[in-house]
Amino acid sequence: MTTAVLYGITGIVLFSLGLYALVVQRHFLRRLLSLNIMGTGVFMVFIASAWRPAPEPVDPVPHAFVLTGIVVAVSATGLGVNLWRRMQAEKRGEEAP
Amino acid sequence: MQSLAWSIGVPLAAAVACFASVPTGVILLLLAACGAAAWVPVWQLYAGASGAYVVGDWAVPLGIGLRLDGLSALFMGVTAVVFVIAGVHALAYRLPERRRSAFWSLWFLLWAGLHALYLSNDLFNLYVTLEVVGLSAVALVSLTARAAALQYLFVTMLGSLAYLLGVALLYAGYGALEPGALRAAGEAGPLLWSVLALMSVGLLLKTAVFPLHFWLPPAHAGAAGPVSAVLSALVVKASFFLLVRLWADLFQPVAASPALTALGLAGIASVLWGGWRAFRAERLKIVIAYSTVAQLGYLMIFFPLAFHTQPFVAVDAYSGMGMLVAAHACAKAGMFLAAGSVLHELGHDRLDGLDGWGVRYPVAAFAFAVGGVTLMGLPPSGGFVAKWLLLRAAFHSQQWLYAAALLGGGLLAATYVFRPLGGAFRVVGHVEKKMPGVLQWSALALAGVSLLLGVVAAWPLDLLEIGRVLETRGAP
Amino acid sequence: MTKNAGTSAGVRFAAAALTLAVAAVLVQQAVTVMSADRTGVGPLALRNLDESGVSHPTTAVLLNFRAYDTLLEIAVLVIALLGVRASALPRPFETAPAGRMLKSFSHFLVPVLIVAGGYVLWVGSHAPGGAFQAGALLGAAGVVLALAGALPELRAPGTGPVVGLAVFLVLGLQPLFAGDALLYYRGEWAKTVILLIEAGATVSIGWILAGLFMAVHRGDI
Repeated sequence: MTTAVLYGITGIVLFSLGLYALVVQRHFLRRLLSLNIMGTGVFMVFIASAWRPAPEPVDPVPHAFVLTGIVVAVSATGLGVNLWRRMQAEKRGEEAP
Repeated sequence: MQSLAWSIGVPLAAAVACFASVPTGVILLLLAACGAAAWVPVWQLYAGASGAYVVGDWAVPLGIGLRLDGLSALFMGVTAVVFVIAGVHALAYRLPERRRSAFWSLWFLLWAGLHALYLSNDLFNLYVTLEVVGLSAVALVSLTARAAALQYLFVTMLGSLAYLLGVALLYAGYGALEPGALRAAGEAGPLLWSVLALMSVGLLLKTAVFPLHFWLPPAHAGAAGPVSAVLSALVVKASFFLLVRLWADLFQPVAASPALTALGLAGIASVLWGGWRAFRAERLKIVIAYSTVAQLGYLMIFFPLAFHTQPFVAVDAYSGMGMLVAAHACAKAGMFLAAGSVLHELGHDRLDGLDGWGVRYPVAAFAFAVGGVTLMGLPPSGGFVAKWLLLRAAFHSQQWLYAAALLGGGLLAATYVFRPLGGAFRVVGHVEKKMPGVLQWSALALAGVSLLLGVVAAWPLDLLEIGRVLETRGAP
Repeated sequence: MTKNAGTSAGVRFAAAALTLAVAAVLVQQAVTVMSADRTGVGPLALRNLDESGVSHPTTAVLLNFRAYDTLLEIAVLVIALLGVRASALPRPFETAPAGRMLKSFSHFLVPVLIVAGGYVLWVGSHAPGGAFQAGALLGAAGVVLALAGALPELRAPGTGPVVGLAVFLVLGLQPLFAGDALLYYRGEWAKTVILLIEAGATVSIGWILAGLFMAVHRGDI
């Protein structure tokens, strides 16, 4: 079993775990975390696809994809946490006087 | 085609410009500039120019290719019409002052994202464009409806991730990202099937096809009028566009009949369920939102019709699909603008409190009715031409179930379009409120375009023929 | 959304079955593709590295070969911040005042983070690093300042978040006037252009990351 296969399987397992949690969990933050875990799984698959046997250099293109993907994931997560926080604040009337 | 670069650059630049608080006149100018940036390449393609472009001049497997063909040109043209008219409407729409500049930047970013999505010929780049479109749509919904925006955010993230995993597996398996190259390399097998399933489910979720439609009505009905218009008219169709691209290009070798039938049946279910819920809805914007679910169902019926072995059936289905996209986009945007302006003035859109709205706001009610003509598929609307073509494809390929759904859906549409119009002209005392003319007339303009499309159908259908890929399947 | 009300056993069972089925199919595919001979765009990227203006392959992909992805990605960041602004609350939250420990520590930490950010930005052209890593460090500096209560209220829109997108656009569209392709830059100029783009992007990324945090923490923007 090569490194790539191991990473690939790990990626799929992470993706599936995230999917399970997304369906089962109800709390907003847990679901957002589930989506992030799914995303990490996808990134692992990309990383695995960059792997090359020893003398060859790794493929830089999937690395770039992962960096792009991380930024997108951070953006979506930041937007989500903010929307949720504001919804909660409005519900509780938590704003400063 | 240099103009393709501008069609993405100009709306992005407009979004940057809107970070400064810009006066109304400048926004009008920006809307016009972006509209022109969309229409120039469409016109050039129609005049015979080639629609290929490579960003950064790095040849394709290394760089990112753009491609404008008939299908993307039609989507771009319609997008420009809807965005310009709904944008003029939005100028008259009351938004909290502090959110105004954010609104306009997001408006242009969404527009740029749609252009980028239509043009991209690279699977990973398509993922980024999906996120630009999805997140800016979520942000626009959050202007008015936070809970719906959150649910929408989850859906759009999940859909993109499923799509992205498909891209990762394809890249690992074939080392390529360009649909054309993958189509040449890929042979029917479990890898392509699983990728097909992943990407399709992700995109169907974003397209809100039954049973994955649950998020659409709260998001589309909760958004501000002009936002609802572009979401229902264009954003859900952007993921549909990508589905068509993938199935026609990439997955043609594996587009087996069970998968096509599954899409078709999901389409029928969408038509029936969306139509029924629209009929039962209590609020005007909910009626229109569920009607979008129903109309997206017709678009799903396109798949089993288009992949038929007889070429002329495929061509009819393809033309019908393109026409339906254009006609429904304009009609639905017009209806949402009409409903949005009623909500804007009355403060509610409950059907039981809408008696006499046709007397108060005659132009808005007329726009709603004109849009309804397209939804029902009556002549001379674009919806009629679209349905006619789809029905012809269904009859010629003897797929009676789809023909029945197309006809039955029209009847259902009649029931839910007439319901809000029932009490519209009941005279209720004095007419006390006047609405800014722009709000109503922009709605009517869009609905009018959907009607006009049926009259000048030859032009969009000609455009759609440029670079069509589907007929190549025409095996004996 | 209720507070983590558990789902019923039936739903959990169905979800587990679905997930297992998905996982089984995908693991099999992953094993197949990962054990096969590798192909990819990598060799092509390495061969063209000299022309890209930088010597680190990932940076070359991100900022030259596939700079268009990165341009749209910066747009996504801007969208996130705009989304936060679009759902702004009328007033910020009340936050507890920062302790003296945190305040004095921030005097030390923030300059270090800024210098480290600058270094990571510069080093990105030939070693791991670049705009995103540098931006993340700047964002962290912003978070520390915010926690220490040293940042003023961010009510005004501010142009910081959009600097990166603006610089990227100007430099990316500029070749069009000379008849070249969108985002075309080669040879010795390429390095300067890439560094300018990265500098702009670093400022915006740092600002936006800090802004997203601030919006959760204090509710401004």
